[in-house]
Amino acid sequence: MTRQRRPTGGLIDRTRPVGFTFDGVPYEGFAGDTLASALLANGVGLLGRSFKYHRPRGILAAGVEEPSALVGVGQGGRFEPNTRATDLFLYDGLQAHSQNRWPSLSLDVGAVLGAVARFLPAGFYYKAFLGKPDLWKIYEHFIRKAAGLGRPPVAPDPDSYDHRAAFCDVLVVGAGPAGLAAALAASASGARVILLEQDAVVGGGLLRDPARLDGATGDSWISAALATLTARGVRVLVRCTAVGYWDHDLVTAAERVTEPGQTPDHDGPAQRFWRIRAERVVLATGAIERPLPFEHNDRPGVMLAQAARTYVARFGVVPGSRAVIATSHDDAYRTAFALADTGVQVQAILDTRPASDRPIVTEAKARFQVMFGARVLRVAGGAAGLRRVTAQTGGQVLTFDGDLLAVSGGFSPVSHLHMQAGGGLVWNETTAAFQAGDARQNQSSAGSAAGLDGLSEVLCDGWAKGGAAARAVGFKRAPGPAPQVVEPWPGPGHGVSALEAPIGADPKRIFVDFQNDVTLADIDLAWREGYRSVEHVKRYTTLGMATDQGKTSNMIGLARLAANEGRPVPEVGLTTFRPPYTPVTLGLLAGHRKGFQVTPLRRQALYAAHQAASPIWQPSGYWMRPRAYPRAGEDLHAATLREARTVRSAVGWVDVSTLGKFEVVGPDAAVLLERVCATTVGKLSVGRGRYTFMLREDGMVMDDGTVWRIADDRYLLTSSTGGAERMAHHIDYVRHVLAPGLKAAVANVQEHWAGIAVAGPRARDLIARLAPDFDIPPHMSAARTVMAGVPVQVLAASYSGERAFEIYVQSPNVDPIWTAISAIGATLDGCPYGLEALEILRIEKGHVVVGGEIDGRTTPHDLGLQRMMNPARSFVGAAALQRPALQAPQGRQQLVGLESGEAIPEGAMLVTHAPGAAEGHVTAGGIRALEAGAVALGLLRDGHTRLGEDLVAWSPTRRLSARVKVVPPMFYDAEGVRYRD
Amino acid sequence: MLRIDCPYCGRRAQAEFAFERALDAVLPLDATPEAAVQTLYARTNPKGWTWELWRHTAGCGAWLRLHRHSVSHEIAAVHTVADT
Repeated sequence: MTRQRRPTGGLIDRTRPVGFTFDGVPYEGFAGDTLASALLANGVGLLGRSFKYHRPRGILAAGVEEPSALVGVGQGGRFEPNTRATDLFLYDGLQAHSQNRWPSLSLDVGAVLGAVARFLPAGFYYKAFLGKPDLWKIYEHFIRKAAGLGRPPVAPDPDSYDHRAAFCDVLVVGAGPAGLAAALAASASGARVILLEQDAVVGGGLLRDPARLDGATGDSWISAALATLTARGVRVLVRCTAVGYWDHDLVTAAERVTEPGQTPDHDGPAQRFWRIRAERVVLATGAIERPLPFEHNDRPGVMLAQAARTYVARFGVVPGSRAVIATSHDDAYRTAFALADTGVQVQAILDTRPASDRPIVTEAKARFQVMFGARVLRVAGGAAGLRRVTAQTGGQVLTFDGDLLAVSGGFSPVSHLHMQAGGGLVWNETTAAFQAGDARQNQSSAGSAAGLDGLSEVLCDGWAKGGAAARAVGFKRAPGPAPQVVEPWPGPGHGVSALEAPIGADPKRIFVDFQNDVTLADIDLAWREGYRSVEHVKRYTTLGMATDQGKTSNMIGLARLAANEGRPVPEVGLTTFRPPYTPVTLGLLAGHRKGFQVTPLRRQALYAAHQAASPIWQPSGYWMRPRAYPRAGEDLHAATLREARTVRSAVGWVDVSTLGKFEVVGPDAAVLLERVCATTVGKLSVGRGRYTFMLREDGMVMDDGTVWRIADDRYLLTSSTGGAERMAHHIDYVRHVLAPGLKAAVANVQEHWAGIAVAGPRARDLIARLAPDFDIPPHMSAARTVMAGVPVQVLAASYSGERAFEIYVQSPNVDPIWTAISAIGATLDGCPYGLEALEILRIEKGHVVVGGEIDGRTTPHDLGLQRMMNPARSFVGAAALQRPALQAPQGRQQLVGLESGEAIPEGAMLVTHAPGAAEGHVTAGGIRALEAGAVALGLLRDGHTRLGEDLVAWSPTRRLSARVKVVPPMFYDAEGVRYRD
Repeated sequence: MLRIDCPYCGRRAQAEFAFERALDAVLPLDATPEAAVQTLYARTNPKGWTWELWRHTAGCGAWLRLHRHSVSHEIAAVHTVADT
């Protein structure tokens, strides 16, 4: 066994063993382990297969930047694919699965395929789609099988997710040395501070490298710092990743309460989504180590140098037995010491620099074989692990045996949030890295995120930035001196970077995106094919487009593009960082807004009364309205026909409570209404009402309804159910913006007044029996009375074409009226009716409806409403309606009626002959209530001049068609005889 | 997400507000047909400082004129529409 757990050391709790499985095999780790550290401790180094070529994948990193060690974790609805084993803390019963392998991880058929189909070049998909269409059929089978890395869960997510909002003076992102110092300094000034850490514990680099701070060890200094912060009321959130930095200093963060795949042992949420509004933000987000480019640099056993040290120091795991260190700077030398101190045989340190006499190098030379000007050319190894490292130095090729190659090609400051906040990046020539430049919001970067290097420098910078942030908010108290740092090897160590591939190495085998299998050769190909912008190269090659977003190796690819271009890296630039910084569970973003909480359900006052009659419900906006009230043995069609016939022959009643209703009051009430409505309003006498419609600003009809003058300076306007919110907004817009200063108040009384429409030849009888002394108003008149002991407003309006009354009553008092109507109505052979019968009745009467004929593209003229328009043209939409295109209405879709002996399919296109070009469509199709045959409304090109034509209503997708005759849109009582008593 | 200083309610999150339209897209009731076409269909969409119409929908309901930078999202002024 080459990898093993050390008997002591690290931050794991050896008294608390934790059982877990990987691909069904049971293992044991300890509390504090990540899945990656526990697998390493158990000698497991192969975790999956790569996306395109099924190359073996091991563990590269020890944090969220991990591109390779992705697993599926959990069961059923809690299954989470593509989870980083390095960012997954062990819990009892954890079940992890390797990905992208078949039939098993060690014996993978896809790997053979990958070796044969060497290699899918950059832009493969683009070329496949541009090629002959027939070829796609061949590709498709292969691509569909190969597409996607992890599999999505198949069951609904059973967990709940919480959303929280928080406010603070100073938000510190990252609780490494810089972040802790910033939080200490800011809170010392009295500022309200929130500190976020994505790891399960705070400390960052202090957990990895030995140092003494203010005379204490790293561990005890961290504990003391935490105690101080807590005592000052600082909110410290661990396992909480700042994923987005939005406008006006809003930072969103994802907090893991449970680990991926874990069943919560509490009633609370699995994760919390934080929206934190800060006055100042200190970004102490650290830096991410880069790998080195060489052949097969993606093999298991190749590990970032800091990660190797982290496994030793934090998790007490020895990640190999014979190690080679390849670096371009001092920092990775610490890994040599850390490994050697645990008994690992360090074969050699390969330093890309020509020479160095820095203290750590001098000390290393005494213990290890250190070679300067040395580059790794290639490694040999596979699924079973690393075997050999081949390097060259000064023209000499050397080979080392080894099962661990710790690499470091420099560091990339984590400037993702800085850039998301609109900040600029600057190129640091020394470190060969982009780092935070100009800030656009109230942000500052501290420590290694600001390109600094060396514990003392990083810590002092955090202290200074935290203090400055608090001062900027107005907390003037000085925080005192920064902690004193003593390190074995003080000062900067990161220095030089190595981005270029060694001469003589094959670019086809040098990987720059470990997750998407992008090689240097792909970057070269993209460049040869003319791609110059980094953003284009990214999309063409998929460099940096995997779930890790290229956190580790992206720079190597971009440097290659720059080298091809012959331009410096900063000129070629960097692709844009966008939120989220790390992948976020979709359920977390949704929060509680799932299931019935996605949209509100509005219940009308008569909801319980309807429910008692077991209607078929129909959604209507946010409302549920009865579609029909079927009796025993009736289906929807039979119930609808019975209800419609009852209205035509006796009496029916329908709940119209959901209609939009507005009370407009004041001396200028009529003027305001004549701005909103396209009809005249001011000429109405008290107690009278009329049909009205409203236009959008572009002259198209928006909605329709009725307007009533219920007192001298008081009007009631009704509008459609679905358009009620839009109408409320529109009236408000007119009142406040277009016609300010009018003496008119508007109240949206949609839910204040419940409404019941009573319609049919016996409607008047029913009203007379409900209110015996009532002077029943004629059609389109309004009156008040008392029914069933309740005051009501009666509007004699009709939608069905029968004599009808709308009875409005204060919503809480509507039940007795409905009960009384039902009782008296039954003696008149009446029944309640639903939306479906209403639809049949209104089609027969030729009434237009919002969403049907009023479809946002029809003018008053198209709908035959132009004669009702207010000649003063003082209303919204009047100006646009005078556009020449609408004034010479040739070729417009106009409202017509359609008649047929057979059913007319709704939505069908109107054609002269089928098949043929559409000349219009059927907006609403129905049947006649009392006679045989079908009628429909439709919009037809130049329809008003085509009466009498024979057309076909044709729906090829549903294989339906009907011969129809074009007629005027009015099939029932054109003279309005039935409105009269 | 922006923070907007409502003249009535103070500084609130953008989630409480609704963007209505650019102020130059407000079509006066007495506009000519030509002006209507211009306003409705030939929007300017400037890069830089703009005047916009907002509404404090989940707050006091006030209609607001906002002076906002379309790149930096800086808000230089917030007035009610009545206060011109």
